[in-house]
Amino acid sequence: MAADTTVYKEIEGKGGDYYSLIIWLGLMVLGGLGSMYYMEHNGHVVTGMTNGIVWGTPHVFAVFLIVAASGALNIASIASVFGKYHYKPLARLSAMTALALLAGGLMVLVLDLGRPDRLIIAMTHYNFKSIFAWNIILYNGFFVIVLAYLWMMMERRMQPHSSKVGLFAFVWRLILTTGTGSIFGFLVARPGYDAAIMAPMFISLSFAFGLAIFILIINVAYRASDRPLGDLILFKMRNLLGVFIAAALYFTVAQHITNLYAAEHSGVEAFILMDGGIYTFLFWVVQIGLGSLFPLALLFNPATGRSCQGIAVAAILVIIGGLAQMYIIIIGGQAFPMPLFPGMEVSSSFFDGAVHPYAPSLPEVGLGLSGMAAALLIIAIAVKFLPLLPTSLSDAKVDPHHKAEEA
Amino acid sequence: MSDKTMNTVDTSRRNILKGGAAAAVVTLAPGVTLRTVEAAVTGPATSAKRWGMLIDANAPEGVWDLAVEACKTEQGWGPEANKSGKANDSTDPQWIRKVSVKDPKTGAKATLPVMCQHCANPPCVDVCPTGASMKREDGIVLVDKHICIGCRYCMMACPYSCRSFVHEDVKGQKPHMPRGKGTVEACTMCVHRVDKGQKPACVEALNKAGSDAIMFGDLNDPNSDISRAVSQYVTQRIRADLGVDPGVHYRGI
Repeated sequence: MAADTTVYKEIEGKGGDYYSLIIWLGLMVLGGLGSMYYMEHNGHVVTGMTNGIVWGTPHVFAVFLIVAASGALNIASIASVFGKYHYKPLARLSAMTALALLAGGLMVLVLDLGRPDRLIIAMTHYNFKSIFAWNIILYNGFFVIVLAYLWMMMERRMQPHSSKVGLFAFVWRLILTTGTGSIFGFLVARPGYDAAIMAPMFISLSFAFGLAIFILIINVAYRASDRPLGDLILFKMRNLLGVFIAAALYFTVAQHITNLYAAEHSGVEAFILMDGGIYTFLFWVVQIGLGSLFPLALLFNPATGRSCQGIAVAAILVIIGGLAQMYIIIIGGQAFPMPLFPGMEVSSSFFDGAVHPYAPSLPEVGLGLSGMAAALLIIAIAVKFLPLLPTSLSDAKVDPHHKAEEA
Repeated sequence: MSDKTMNTVDTSRRNILKGGAAAAVVTLAPGVTLRTVEAAVTGPATSAKRWGMLIDANAPEGVWDLAVEACKTEQGWGPEANKSGKANDSTDPQWIRKVSVKDPKTGAKATLPVMCQHCANPPCVDVCPTGASMKREDGIVLVDKHICIGCRYCMMACPYSCRSFVHEDVKGQKPHMPRGKGTVEACTMCVHRVDKGQKPACVEALNKAGSDAIMFGDLNDPNSDISRAVSQYVTQRIRADLGVDPGVHYRGI
């Protein structure tokens, strides 16, 4: 592989805009910590979560961020594993974004625990039959491997070895997302889960979520720091995002078609697709319409697909659609009653046979958003103190042959 | 309840988790207590036993209220145990509940109690990251509240919605059953009584009322009443299709 001649430099990060960004993100993180204190002090009774909806809005954000984290590493993997040199200049930020998103997601997950003070127990007591326990190992391993990968990319002496670590990180992230999807795939009793497709679907979702976030970060970082950002790399990422959205859509369609075919799953499918109220709205309007089809149209329409704004709007929509999809999977999957006696009408004081009601509470939303803020805060601080961003992503820098072709 | 009493409780519970021991507390003088740990009457928990229940769904519906109340009283859960004093339908724990079942095709109805089914292959134990969800050798499924981190994955996994999360501060805890905000709890099959050779509280309450609608015993012992009964009648287990091999059998569903 050719030597990397890209010049990386810390952003100046001195203007009022930068500091106000830091302050706003910091306040959001503090808001999340306040939410956590409120929830832990009073108990989860102050949230919208119940004995029926045991995982709520914090988990929507947490799983979204964790899935997006592994996807954000893709840009680096494309460069080091698949040898696409155009993406090489972005590899450092890609790795940093992956670390930050994972940290943000795990922060939310841990702070929502009934006993977050017992985190040390989660790190020292392992039940190896639990996919959750494996995930704890996979997440910790991800931090170590991606940090090593980032260091090797940044340390000139280690650069020749970075692609090997990059390959390892790529394999690890595939296993990690398989583990995240399997949290739901392995739940045998709930009709909304219990499906092997969860694992590959989560991998396809991670590609789309991670890249959408990454595109936005690149856009904001280059605009705010007045560094050149050429169309070449942006359009490459646009095409990639389109493919990833289509892949995620494919798995979603396959999941529902398979369920529709099995009579035993007709109940849960009717709930999500037809008469689930908020879940049906979120599925058709937000996940499929706004989060998948509309961004595809924006990306591949010549008018919007060739503009920075058009691509950025598509990326924002993918994130909103992704959060909706997580909401449908996590909360919709619990809201639909578990069949205690299949084919029978069941009722009890514990919501048997009835749709579990759920309304997100402010502290839950605050905690969830703080995870996103924490991830962005880490990235904003990292690009100021570490040489992560190339000084230029102009077409000529991204592809030396590009200019020659035009000349 | 004072903190001192709570400490005593912790110790006795640990022994229960180890399998079959009970603690006795003797007051020597005001403020001075002597604690001894005595071996359970039934001996250590072994896989030679498989504790189980047989529930007769044809029993008069009223008996199930007795069972629920007996469980609440014995284990100290329910809206009365909320420190706030307020009842919260969707968050208050329910270790055992009365479920009404109706066949929409025929109109046939049944009412039955549902509690932890003490599965031989419990999904809650499989998914628990720390091993807090655990199954004793004798088939009783418990939560070790010392290492439960409150992730609620076991509640996601339980096919019977039989676990509850303690959503708020509690009061009136029983010495044999410490409860804690932020951890998960469920029917223990009254392990503290079983280890002393007694029946679970729900079974005893029904017996006192002259009902044998819930039968308790060792499914591995061919001479036990419950073994004879399950070999005599066709019994059902809820969601037997999942292969989790519940320890609770039902008749008349």
